[in-house]
Amino acid sequence: MRLDRRQFDLAALTVLCGVLLHATHFPLWLSVAMTGAIAARWLQRRRRPDWGKPPALLRLPLTLALPIIVWLQYGNIFGLDPGSVFAVGMLVLKLGETETPRDARAIATFASFVLMTALLFEQDILTTIYVGLGVIPLLLLLRALEPDGRDPAQPAARALLREARSVLLNLLAAVPLAVLVFLFLPRLTAPLWATQSVPQGKTGIGDSMSPGNMSDLFLDDQPAFRVSFVALAPPPAAQRYWRGVVLWRYDGRTWSRAGGGPLDPGRQELRALGPEVVYEITQEPSRQRWLFALDLPTMDAVGYSRDEDFTLAAARPIDKPLRYALRSAPRYALGGLDVQQRRRALRLPEGFNPRTVALGREWAQQYGDPQRVVQAALDLIRENFRYTLSPPPLGRHAMDDFLFETRAGYCEYFASAFAVLMRAAGIPTRVVIGYQGGYWNETGEYMVVRQSDAHAWNEVWFDDRGWVRVDPTAAVSPDRIEIGSAANAAFNRWYGSEWLLALRNHWDIANRLWTQIVVQFDELSQRGLLRSVGIEQADWRELGIAFALGMGVLAALGLWWAVRRAHDDADRVDRAYARLCNRLGRYGFARAPSEGPADYLRRLLQQRPQAREALEPLFARYLQLRYARNDVADAAAREFARAVRRADLGALHGS
Amino acid sequence: MSAAAALNAAWLRLQAWAEQRLPALTRLRAKEPLPIRLDRRRIYVVPTWFGLVFASMLLIMSVGALNYYNNPALLLTAVLGSVSVLSMLIAFRTLDGVSLERVQAGSCHAGDPLPLELGFAASPRRRNGLRVEIGDVEAVLAALPGEPLRATLALPTQRRGPLAVPRICLWTRWPYGLFRAWSWLNPQIEALVYPRAETEAVPLPQSGREAQRSVVQPLGEDFGALREYRARDPLRSIAWKASARHDRLLVREPENLIGEDYVLDFDALPALDLEARIARLTRWVLMAEERRARYTLLLPGQRFGPDIGSAHRQRCLRALALL
Repeated sequence: MRLDRRQFDLAALTVLCGVLLHATHFPLWLSVAMTGAIAARWLQRRRRPDWGKPPALLRLPLTLALPIIVWLQYGNIFGLDPGSVFAVGMLVLKLGETETPRDARAIATFASFVLMTALLFEQDILTTIYVGLGVIPLLLLLRALEPDGRDPAQPAARALLREARSVLLNLLAAVPLAVLVFLFLPRLTAPLWATQSVPQGKTGIGDSMSPGNMSDLFLDDQPAFRVSFVALAPPPAAQRYWRGVVLWRYDGRTWSRAGGGPLDPGRQELRALGPEVVYEITQEPSRQRWLFALDLPTMDAVGYSRDEDFTLAAARPIDKPLRYALRSAPRYALGGLDVQQRRRALRLPEGFNPRTVALGREWAQQYGDPQRVVQAALDLIRENFRYTLSPPPLGRHAMDDFLFETRAGYCEYFASAFAVLMRAAGIPTRVVIGYQGGYWNETGEYMVVRQSDAHAWNEVWFDDRGWVRVDPTAAVSPDRIEIGSAANAAFNRWYGSEWLLALRNHWDIANRLWTQIVVQFDELSQRGLLRSVGIEQADWRELGIAFALGMGVLAALGLWWAVRRAHDDADRVDRAYARLCNRLGRYGFARAPSEGPADYLRRLLQQRPQAREALEPLFARYLQLRYARNDVADAAAREFARAVRRADLGALHGS
Repeated sequence: MSAAAALNAAWLRLQAWAEQRLPALTRLRAKEPLPIRLDRRRIYVVPTWFGLVFASMLLIMSVGALNYYNNPALLLTAVLGSVSVLSMLIAFRTLDGVSLERVQAGSCHAGDPLPLELGFAASPRRRNGLRVEIGDVEAVLAALPGEPLRATLALPTQRRGPLAVPRICLWTRWPYGLFRAWSWLNPQIEALVYPRAETEAVPLPQSGREAQRSVVQPLGEDFGALREYRARDPLRSIAWKASARHDRLLVREPENLIGEDYVLDFDALPALDLEARIARLTRWVLMAEERRARYTLLLPGQRFGPDIGSAHRQRCLRALALL
C-alpha cells in the first residue's frame, strides 16, 4: 500500500517541523539544505509520484555523508549538538524513502524524539509552545494513516480542519493525565549518564572583559535574572548594581580573573551601613559559573562559593534556571587589603599604553591625594568623552587610543581606561562586571534584569575608606545609571508605548511563572506537592499513594466516559417533557399516568385558561417532535429542552 | 519469505487453538441470534506492534528527559503518552454500542462473489474507521449520529451449496493506530451458493418426454397481461408505455412470451458426472429464463414446474445447489 498525497504531505510537514524547531542552533546552511531536501522530495512526490522513492544510488551517498558532515561541523559525533544534527538528518533521509504507511509511522515515532530533543536546547515557554505545535502534524499524520471510512470526495481542507479539531480536543483531554504523571513521576537523584552543558547558545557575562566583547549583550533583550524582594521595596535606581565577577589581571587588552582564594570569614571586614535588602534571584541559564548579587552580598548563597572579592560562583556552568536567596547591604564599608592583593590590584603589563601610564603618574605627583586623582579622572571623562554603543576601533595601545584619540565608548572602555589610569597613579583598583539597572514589573512585583543591562565599573581602594565603588560611565552618561539601559538603546524606542510595555510585562510574568513552576520543578518541589493536605515533606510512599489516588480518579473518569451510553435524541425529548410535567406538578397539576399530552393540555387549560400562551406552544412542539416525525433532529430536540427550561409558568398560580 | 509463511501458519494454528479453548474470549462456539449489540464484555483492546514501538520511544524519551532534568521535555512525553492512553478509550468507544441488526446474503453462482449485506442500528455516536472483516474481505465504515449503517461485503465462493460464512470481526485502530479494539460476531447467516453454470452453451433439449407446444399469444398492450413491478424484475420486461399511462411501473407477464416448454431432466444426461450435469442443468435453467420459456426441472425424486419466473428459477437453482 502506498501513501496517498494527503498522508505524504503530512509526513513531510512533520519532518519540516522537526527541522524548523532545531534551526535555531543548526548552522544556517544545514537548515537550508535540509529544508531544500524536504521540498525537493515533496515536489517529486507531487509531480512525479510514479518515480517512487529516489534510487539507492542517490540515497546511499547522502546517508553516508551525514556522519561526515556532522564530523566536519563539530569534530565529534557524540554530544547534544552533533547528536541533534544526526537525528534530524536521519529523519529527513527517512522522508526520502517514505512510501508506505509503515515508513510514515516510523517518521511519526522518530519525529516525537526529535521534537523532544529541541527542548534540550531551549526550555523557555516559547520553544515549548512551538514544540507543542509540532505535535499536531504528527498526530494528524497518524490519523491520516488510519482509513476512516468517510466519503473520500469531501474537500480536503475541510477534512483537515475537522481532523485538526479532533487532535486539539485529544490534546486537551490528555492534559490532566499528563500533568498528573509529570507531577508524580519520580525524578532521578543523579543522572544516568553524564550530561554536558549545552556548548552553544546565548551566554551571559563571562569571566573576562576586553573592549567590544560586551556589545552583543547590549543588543540582547533576554532576561538575565529576576529578583523578588522579600523585606524591602526595590532599591533606588542608583543602587541597582548587580555584582558579578571581579577582574584583577590586565594584559594590555583583556581584563581577566586572577585566582583569588575563597573568602575567609575571619578576615572579612564588611560592615553594613544601613538596612539590608533580602531578596531572591531566579537566574536564567548563562552557561557561565557566575551568580549575581546586589552590591554587596553580606551572606553566601547556600551551596555556592564566595571568593575574597565577593564573587559568587557555582561549581559548574549554569545550564538551567537557578534560584537562590541572598542578603545585601546597598551601603557598606569594605576593608581588608593584604600585601599580595595590593600588588595584584596595582599590576600593569609592561609596554602597553605608555601615554595613559604617564598621565596617571603625572596626576599622582600633581595631586597626591588619591581622592583628588579619582576626581581628576572623572572630570576628564565627563568633559571630553562621548557615550556610544558603537565606538571606533582601537589599536595596540587600546587605552591610549581611547583616552587621547577616539574618546568614545561605553562602560567597558571607561572602566578599563579608569583602572589603568588609577593603577598608574598607584591607587589599587579592580574592575567589576555585572549588571546595572533592572526593570520593576509592577504587575508581578518583581524586578527583571536583562542582558542589555550588562555593565562594568571599578572599585578603588582608599586607605581610609576601603574599597569604594566608582562608576566612570556615570560621569559621562548619568542617564545610563538613572534610567537604565533603555537610555542608550535608541533602537528600542518602540516599546515606549504603554500597551506594548504592558504586554511586555505580562509576557515576562508568563515566562517567570513558566520557569518557576515547570522548568524548575524538581524532587524538592515534588515533596512539597502534598502541602495543601497538611503533609509538609512527603516521602515516596505518600507520593505514591497520592499518585495512585489521582490515577484512580482519572481512570474512573476515562472509563465512565468510554462506557457511558449517550442518550439518543428521542430520549432528550422525553426527558424534557418529563421535566415539563414535573414543573407543572409543582403547581398542583400532576399528569395522570394514563393522560396523553393532548388530554393533559386540555385539562390544564380548562382550569387555568390564562396559561394558554405559555403552554400551548410547548405542547404543540412536543406533539410535533414526538408524533409527527420519525427521526428527531438533534437541534430541534435541544431547542425543545431549552424552551422547557425557560418556560415561564407563573400564569398557573391560582387566579 | 518461507519463515514469514511459517510464522503465519503458526499464528493461524494458535488462533484456532485459542478459539477452541477460549470460547469466552473469542465467542465463537454458538451462533448468536440477531441483533448482536457490542458491549464492554465482548470488546477487546490490545496495543498494536506500532503501539508497542511508539511506547518504547516514549520510554526512551522520558528517560532522556529525566536524565537531563528537562521538565518541558518530560511534559511533552507525558502529553504524548496520555494521548495514547486516550486513543485506547476512543478505539473502545468506536465499537461500543454497535448493534448488528440484519444480515442478508444475496445470491450468486459458485466462483462469483456473494454479496453479504450487514445492517447496523443507528446510534447517537459518531464513529470513524470502523472495519468489518469477514475472512479476507474488509470494509471500512464511518457512522454519523442517528443514521443507520450498512455495509456490503463480497465474499469469495468456490463450491455450490450452503456457504459457511466465517465469523465477522468488527475492529478498529482509530484514531492513531496505537491500539486495536475488536469483537467477534457469530450470527446465523443463511447463504446459499448456486452451482456454477456450464460455460459452454449447449442448446436446450428440444424434445423431452413431456414436450408440449403451446399457443404463442400475440404481444399486445393488453392490460390483463401486465402486473405491478416487483424488485428484481429485469428492466427489459418493464412495459414503459403502459407504465407511463398508469403512472406506476408495470411489467409484462412473461407468460405472454412463451414459445415452448422445456424439460430439463437430470437422468437424461448419463454421460456426464454429477457436477457436470448440475452445471449443464444450471445453464439450461438460466437459458430458459432468458428466453422466457416455461421449463420443468426433473431431479432424482424431485420435480419443479412447468413454470417460469424468478421464484421458479430460485427454487430450481436451490435444488441444484443442494443436490
